[in-house]
Amino acid sequence: MSSPSKDPLAPARPNWMSNPRVRALIFQALVLAAVFALLGYIFHNTVSNLEQRGITTGFGFLDREAGFGIIQSLIPYTPASTYGRTFLVGLVNTLLVSALGIVLATLLGLIIGIARLSKNWLIARLAAIYIETFRNIPLLLQVLFWYFAVLQALPSPRQSLSIGEWAFLNIRGVYLPEPVPGQGFGWVVLALAIAVALVIWLRRWAHRRQLRTGQPFHTIYVSAGLLLGLPAVVFLFLGMPLTWSLPSLHGFNFTGGITMIPELTALLVALTIYTASSIAEIVRSGILAVSHGQTEAAYSLGLNPGNTTRLVVLPQALRVIVPPLTSQYLNLVKNSSLATAIGYPDLVNVFAGTTLNQTGQAVVIIGMTMGVYLTLSLLISLFMNWYNQRVALIER
Amino acid sequence: MKEYQPHPDLPPPVSQVGVLGWFRRNLFSSPLNSLLTVVALYLLYLSVPPVIEWAFIKASWVGSDRSACTAGGACWVFIEARFGQFIYGFYPPDQWWRVNLGALLLVAALIWLMLPRLPAKRWVGVFVLLIYPFLAFALFHGGVAGLPVVRTTQWGGLMLTLILSSVGIVAALPFGILLALGRRSKMPIVRALCVAFIELWRGVPLITVLFMASVMLPLFMPEGADVDKLMRALIGIALFQSAYIAEVVRGGLQAIPRGQQEAAESLGLNYWKLMALVILPQALKLVIPGLVTTFIELFKDTTLVSIIGLFDLLGIVQSAFTDPKWLGFALEGFVFAGALYWLFCFGMSRYSMHLERRFDTGHKR
Amino acid sequence: MNTLRWMAVGTAFSFAMAAGAAHAGATFDAVKKKGYVQCGVSTGLPGFSNADDKGQWKGMDVDVCRAVAAAMFGDASKVRYTPLTAKERFTALQSGEIDILSRNTTWTLTRDTSLGINFAGVNYYDGQGFMVKKSLGVKSAKDLNGATVCVQAGTTTELNLADYFRSQHMQFKPVTFDTSDATVKAFDAGRCDVLTSDQSQLYALRILLANPAGAEVLPEIISKEPLGPSVRQGDDEWFNLVKWSLFAMLDAENLGITSKNVDTLKTDSKNPSIQRFLGVNGGMGKLMGVSDEWAYDIVKQVGNYSESFDRNVGKDSPLKIRRGLNALWNEGGIQYAPPIR
Repeated sequence: MSSPSKDPLAPARPNWMSNPRVRALIFQALVLAAVFALLGYIFHNTVSNLEQRGITTGFGFLDREAGFGIIQSLIPYTPASTYGRTFLVGLVNTLLVSALGIVLATLLGLIIGIARLSKNWLIARLAAIYIETFRNIPLLLQVLFWYFAVLQALPSPRQSLSIGEWAFLNIRGVYLPEPVPGQGFGWVVLALAIAVALVIWLRRWAHRRQLRTGQPFHTIYVSAGLLLGLPAVVFLFLGMPLTWSLPSLHGFNFTGGITMIPELTALLVALTIYTASSIAEIVRSGILAVSHGQTEAAYSLGLNPGNTTRLVVLPQALRVIVPPLTSQYLNLVKNSSLATAIGYPDLVNVFAGTTLNQTGQAVVIIGMTMGVYLTLSLLISLFMNWYNQRVALIER
Repeated sequence: MKEYQPHPDLPPPVSQVGVLGWFRRNLFSSPLNSLLTVVALYLLYLSVPPVIEWAFIKASWVGSDRSACTAGGACWVFIEARFGQFIYGFYPPDQWWRVNLGALLLVAALIWLMLPRLPAKRWVGVFVLLIYPFLAFALFHGGVAGLPVVRTTQWGGLMLTLILSSVGIVAALPFGILLALGRRSKMPIVRALCVAFIELWRGVPLITVLFMASVMLPLFMPEGADVDKLMRALIGIALFQSAYIAEVVRGGLQAIPRGQQEAAESLGLNYWKLMALVILPQALKLVIPGLVTTFIELFKDTTLVSIIGLFDLLGIVQSAFTDPKWLGFALEGFVFAGALYWLFCFGMSRYSMHLERRFDTGHKR
Repeated sequence: MNTLRWMAVGTAFSFAMAAGAAHAGATFDAVKKKGYVQCGVSTGLPGFSNADDKGQWKGMDVDVCRAVAAAMFGDASKVRYTPLTAKERFTALQSGEIDILSRNTTWTLTRDTSLGINFAGVNYYDGQGFMVKKSLGVKSAKDLNGATVCVQAGTTTELNLADYFRSQHMQFKPVTFDTSDATVKAFDAGRCDVLTSDQSQLYALRILLANPAGAEVLPEIISKEPLGPSVRQGDDEWFNLVKWSLFAMLDAENLGITSKNVDTLKTDSKNPSIQRFLGVNGGMGKLMGVSDEWAYDIVKQVGNYSESFDRNVGKDSPLKIRRGLNALWNEGGIQYAPPIR
């Protein structure tokens, strides 16, 4: 209630309840209280449930011995390693399949997206059919299909398809020779790094020179020469410090070399094909978003088609492409968790699967797993947002 | 003296018009294009005939067991034998009419909503969103009006897939709208909470959400609370989906010109009235295509429940592979399931494109 | 409550759920009140628990639940089934979603002590073995150095596998799947040289191969796998009922009581053990809070242990597993139940 004012003509002072700022504060306090009450309630339930069921919880289990094998690990792992190690192994495998998937899906998506706009009627049709087919079938089904289809089609280790003594393909995976760097190989890597730095500097210089004098300088041959030549010279000079470890059949399986297990292959193929169909649509709409007048204007300035695409169309298309592309990358990383359906040892399969089963520590393990994906998503978003700011339209 | 007659126009060269011209323009316009065409044709020649042969020419269509499948092609008998199970799961066959009735009601209501120029759309919409879910649950689960109870563990197949995706969307819609409003609110705490909630769910894979729903949800409940597995999966899906819907709705809210809000405020409407009467009706209309797209994504994602042991369409097809009487027809099963999913998703995505064209109100900036 | 635990629970707190529920007391009373037993089974393992094409659950593990229902309500059909993956099974039991977990689960120290559950007994003594294709030419598990092994995730099988190969100083590559179905499919396609699982399952899974005769089970048994039903801790009454329902099936076989002769024995038998067993005298049921006819109902409706065994996994089933270890103690096996007296 407002106090009665002395002056009947003076406007009544509004009571404090109708002040929007006060109301906003009260409302927020209420919301916050409600959220905390709910969280507290869940928290209390969980604690009492754990107490009552005699489940010991905490991070202590991470130091216990895991005692199970994992088929693919990029970091040293044996059954004698700890549960904490299984978390890392799973994480690395998730990162591996995600990184490969992002690169491959982007390339394939770019090709299909451009093919969709091709003047060639047949190619455009085929690209459209590809997109409509793979976009509208659930990814899990595709993962299972590729895995079992690939398994059915490949020969047993003793009847491997092979390229000489170098590479083999069979149901146990793809076997490739592995380079084993020898003494002094670090110098070769260093030479390569120097070459890359030189090339970057050279391109900047050429660009500045062209702005100053108008003379174009074709950096492509010099760059190629630097990138290939410099490391090669160092490599030869040091007496070729590199040996190859070749895969060879011993008993049941091949040993030596690099192995790509079929689980990884199937998951990667499925993720690539599925995500590429979405990326293709994004690329297509991005290119269509650049008005045709831009191309015509560039031609009338005398730019050749290659330069037109590189300097006029693509930079403008990227503004439209990058934001939805980010969410496709995020989807790909999250979708890599379907590995659990075909036994590729990713984070969900190894850590939220086997480790969860062996220890029963549901709360901690699911929490950690979700935390990892959240972190990955945030990192990708941050990176792509930074990139997006670089290509975004700078307005007044 | 003959009058001058201009020579009549020559017809265009044969290679520019007609079939040949079309070929020239669209398939062989340049050496590179010609090469691409030839390669594509060769690949088609390699891949299409064997597929046609497997799926149709050499396929076996009728029979009662696997002995009917000896032609060397696909064995569609396997699909036929289990067709009922693929559609209804373990729902008792004598009760299938209930599912059919429920589906029929929904389809009728949706067609009513889809066809332009039909009256009382608002009431039909209210029916679909608020009344139908309860009606359908009563119908499917039974236990009322003399219907025998069919427990949720017996639901499965395509029916379960449709239930999961539609309930997931319907349950997530109001919550998603609130989240979207919260994220655009001027109150810092509310906004922060909404942003945190939305980004949390959008940052994790659905499979971990389902694991959480099936493994941890019981821990969050007070002791003795018992929620069946389907319900738990639905809770997980609805929470997960609400974050995505919030983002779609937020896009719609951003597309409404600010003048609308200012005009409504100057009329003296308070926040809720302003939202409910002016902004949301316009924004929701804009986002209907986006919601359909979200629905398609969810429809595809429901396959993940087969990993936590519910028998949706994919789950039931996979369980059929383990029948010793029908071993070795996994390919047929995958093709059948894939075709069903494709039909649904493709149809819905076409419809969503059609809506986008129809709703183009020129608000786009 | 140490800080670690608080932290751990805290990680779960980004999630918001709403729940309303009734409070339930001890399991025994709750089951009695609701009138059926909620039984956790597998999603489909031939012979132990699988749904037939009519949706009826059958198998050794299913029979345990049916026996408990028979003892409790005098009606073996008062059971409802919850199919569970290996991952969910313990959570489902802990959370009260099910009353008994009867899902070919191995009794181990870790599970008995850290999960808040009690094992009520052993309804099948199993051991882990290996199955290979005959074409591989392997006769013993000792020849498996470097082999690729298909194994199901979330079981003790995975751990035993690693232990065995480590103890033999052999290398192996495990390929891990979530379901036994996927495991068999991969083995059948040739993704692995070996399929490892409990022996009983190997026989069950073998019928799922395209060519069952082309695969054989190796002689080595590398682990002890006592499979049995388990219940939540903290309700001894319920624990006892489950335990003794299982014992009753074994004792019935021991006393020669079958579902066929149980009615005649009930009226005619003068053997005091049998009379006590069938509730003619003795009042055994009272001690457990159920009717005195509890054991009679079990044998009448479910059968004794040998009937359940033969029907589901033994000579009358496609699996054709021999009794072996699961024969009674006086017939060369180790199945031994304490006396009902």
